[in-house]
Amino acid sequence: MKVLYFAWIRERVGKADEEIDPPASVRTIGDLVHWLGGRGEEYAYAFQNQKIVRAAIDRVHVRSEAKIAGAREIALFPPMTGG
Amino acid sequence: MSIRITDTAFDVAAETAALSRGRTDIGAVVAFSGICRDSEDGERIASLTLEHYPGMAEAEIARHVEEAESRWPLLGVRVVHRVGRVEPGETIVLVAVASKHRRAAFAAAEFLMDYLKSRAPFWKMVEGTERKSWVDAQDKDDDAATRWRKISKRDAAE
Repeated sequence: MKVLYFAWIRERVGKADEEIDPPASVRTIGDLVHWLGGRGEEYAYAFQNQKIVRAAIDRVHVRSEAKIAGAREIALFPPMTGG
Repeated sequence: MSIRITDTAFDVAAETAALSRGRTDIGAVVAFSGICRDSEDGERIASLTLEHYPGMAEAEIARHVEEAESRWPLLGVRVVHRVGRVEPGETIVLVAVASKHRRAAFAAAEFLMDYLKSRAPFWKMVEGTERKSWVDAQDKDDDAATRWRKISKRDAAE
């Protein structure tokens, strides 16, 4: 699946998007954020405060309990500051 | 409904006038402009840079416009949102709402702005005189959006 990062999460990870293949034990957005946080120093920095991370699956907002099975595009980003 | 995300400055008056041009059924247009200030908490702002999630930003705004249309009898909605670099004095966002009467137009414009602030995928980075930093989300913006959930559609229509 494709994962996209925005704003300071993108800056900290050091890339805007990537293809990932998480293990089957990663079932929810919360699991995914935790798993990503263990992938290296830059990921640990980006996801150190997991509660603040917001997510969208296929361009629709979801909560951290949302299942990621079948997702084509997952986006992870900080709280929004538009308008 | 017209939703536009643009990286260039736009004319608020022309965008607003377009909403009612050639129509005689519209009795009220409310237009809200969000403008880039030159300071925040005493710190000078040289510019803002807005990042967005292409595709989702438009879709999320459209979902909220549809919800506004289901709550109030609207005759037109126009949303324009800047991305990229914005300087103090420039308009960041325009929400213009047309209706037969003013109350629906005022309420729908406020509803849309409240949702745009906390639910539309845009992020502001502020460039000061010395450093750049991402703008922190405000709890009051979240609260502003949440309070609409407590207002039923029937109340909203009155």
